Amino acid sequence: MATKEQTKISKEVLFDLHRRMVRIRLLEEAAGQLASEARIPGFIHLYVGEEAVAAGGCVALKDEDQISSTHRGHGHLVAKGGEFKPMMAEFMGKATGYCKGKGGSMHISDLDLGMLGANGIVGAGVPIAVGAAFANKYRNNGLVTMSFFGDGSTNIGAFHEAANMACALHLPIVFMCENNEYAEYTARERVMAITDVADRAAAYGMPGVIVDGMDVVAVYEAARVAVARARNGEGPSMIECKTYRYYDHAGVSGLGRTYRSDEEVQEWMERDPIKLFEAQLAKAKVMSEEEAKEIHAGIQAEIDEAIEFAENSPLPDPEVDMLTDVYTEVS
Amino acid sequence: MAVTETEQRIIRYNDAFNETLAELLREDPDIFIAGEDVGRYGGVFQSFANLNAEFGDERVVDTPIAEQAIIGLGIGAAAVGLRPIVDLMFMDFVMVSMDQIANQAAKMKYMFGGKAKLPLTITTTGGAGLGAAAQHSQSLEAWLIHVPGLKVVYPSNPYDLKGLLVSCVRDDNPTIFTLHKAMLGSKGHVPEGLYEIPLGEANVVREGTDATIVAIGKMVSEAEKAASTLAEEGIEVEIIDPRTLLPFDMDTVIQSAKKTNRIVIVHEAVKNGGIGAEISAQIQEQAFDYLDAPVTRVAAPFAPVPFSPALEQSYVPNAESIAKGVRDVLHRNI
Repeated sequence: MATKEQTKISKEVLFDLHRRMVRIRLLEEAAGQLASEARIPGFIHLYVGEEAVAAGGCVALKDEDQISSTHRGHGHLVAKGGEFKPMMAEFMGKATGYCKGKGGSMHISDLDLGMLGANGIVGAGVPIAVGAAFANKYRNNGLVTMSFFGDGSTNIGAFHEAANMACALHLPIVFMCENNEYAEYTARERVMAITDVADRAAAYGMPGVIVDGMDVVAVYEAARVAVARARNGEGPSMIECKTYRYYDHAGVSGLGRTYRSDEEVQEWMERDPIKLFEAQLAKAKVMSEEEAKEIHAGIQAEIDEAIEFAENSPLPDPEVDMLTDVYTEVS
Repeated sequence: MAVTETEQRIIRYNDAFNETLAELLREDPDIFIAGEDVGRYGGVFQSFANLNAEFGDERVVDTPIAEQAIIGLGIGAAAVGLRPIVDLMFMDFVMVSMDQIANQAAKMKYMFGGKAKLPLTITTTGGAGLGAAAQHSQSLEAWLIHVPGLKVVYPSNPYDLKGLLVSCVRDDNPTIFTLHKAMLGSKGHVPEGLYEIPLGEANVVREGTDATIVAIGKMVSEAEKAASTLAEEGIEVEIIDPRTLLPFDMDTVIQSAKKTNRIVIVHEAVKNGGIGAEISAQIQEQAFDYLDAPVTRVAAPFAPVPFSPALEQSYVPNAESIAKGVRDVLHRNI
């Protein structure tokens, strides 16, 4: 990979990185709480702990760039500009949700934001991201696609097909791996004979770098390099972010499990990406503790408002909504 | 191209496909083609011949042998506004890419609350008859018509091929367009220039009064041969070619059932769980009181497509087995 640019990051960007991480964290904690109270139905896959990846990646993108996502897609949508009200409404299956209550948590998306969809099939978003990158190259529009996926996704065929195709066709794409050490409930070392997913990049002929996925600035800087490379027509790159999922694969618990130890969870939580970043910002006198608190409070108020909006929103009507949106009607 | 005295322009089924693609590519810069061997080589059946030379590597794209990624390429490009045509060399490879077809392409619009528009056409080749055996000869339409969100098309002649392909490519939904590989050399009248045949409209190929044959793909021409034989026996059959299998023009079939009161459904796929089962069920739901005999299906036996010509020939339904099916519903087999 090209030498990391030693550019000073502006205060505006630092605040943006912080704001997007806090937006994800507070939304996810609220969603988890609502799910535990059965006010959100179905499965929920929380992004808590991995915020630096989505925020660092998406701040490096333009609004018009596209991303693809995973089961754990809330964070990606928030980082790409998703609004709380239609997100919360979608979690609750309301007609005012991003997907009119037809997708839910696992399929949440907004194509207008360049978000190609959370995806319930592991690895399946990667070939779709490659298609969007193909379109960008075809149109020569200077846009870049960033595909988010987990370490588990890199064991499925679709990922390998897509990575190879993107490199063969020299497409403007960034493969953004969230290595959270667990594929659902199975530890990485039990299902992979390599430690670093980034090693796989070489097999397709693209650079692969490893960054601390709990350090939002490290993620952002690596993403900037990869995005610039893609935008300049230099082809795909892979970034492996070493990160961690505080909660289980699905649901709102995470401790007292047989598949991982509580000590391990505690160790990772001590390196919490938001706390780490706020400490850095305070030390550098960019953002005081007081300012950070105010930011949290402002975002929390927005979330509370979104919950109220969602709870007061109408449910979809089976008589009217069941069969619409299956097909695009002939105009 | 030859123009006969009747001013009909007779061309091959495969050439109709190729010509239609070229005309579409000339018409709309958002259309591109991607698939295995479709570029420099022109496709394993030369269905894409000369397209790469005219439109370049950017618009007629050779891909890796990677069917999931090929379909994904089409989905992603369509979702952001292009109008891709992606090719699965053989219909049997539908299973290799089924997640991208059935979980992704078909469901994206609905899962996203209507926001997605996916003008994606998947072209492929189905059917037996070339000695290609179990993994290169199947007709898998039944796998596809089970999936809400898809459209499935299987043309039986060059004229329909062109009109249906144009409709598929211009449609804003994921469509699967199947060529029959044993019909590639068959000929028929095809006008120059682009025209559409609406998706979801059946064609009454032959009118008759005694029984109705609903035949799919290559089985239509076999049904026509059977109809000639039966006419000599004083039996007048009506033949319906659905052309589009999803959405399915059930109205035309029901009208015919009410007229002839006897139905024979013919397809090349195995009978068990085939599209004939669905058509039959809908007929009994909508026209039970009009039937004078049970709905009959003429289809492949419940075995993989065999290799040896000796086996393959009796595996695929033909004019003879179709005629027998008609005589069955008329109780005229001795």
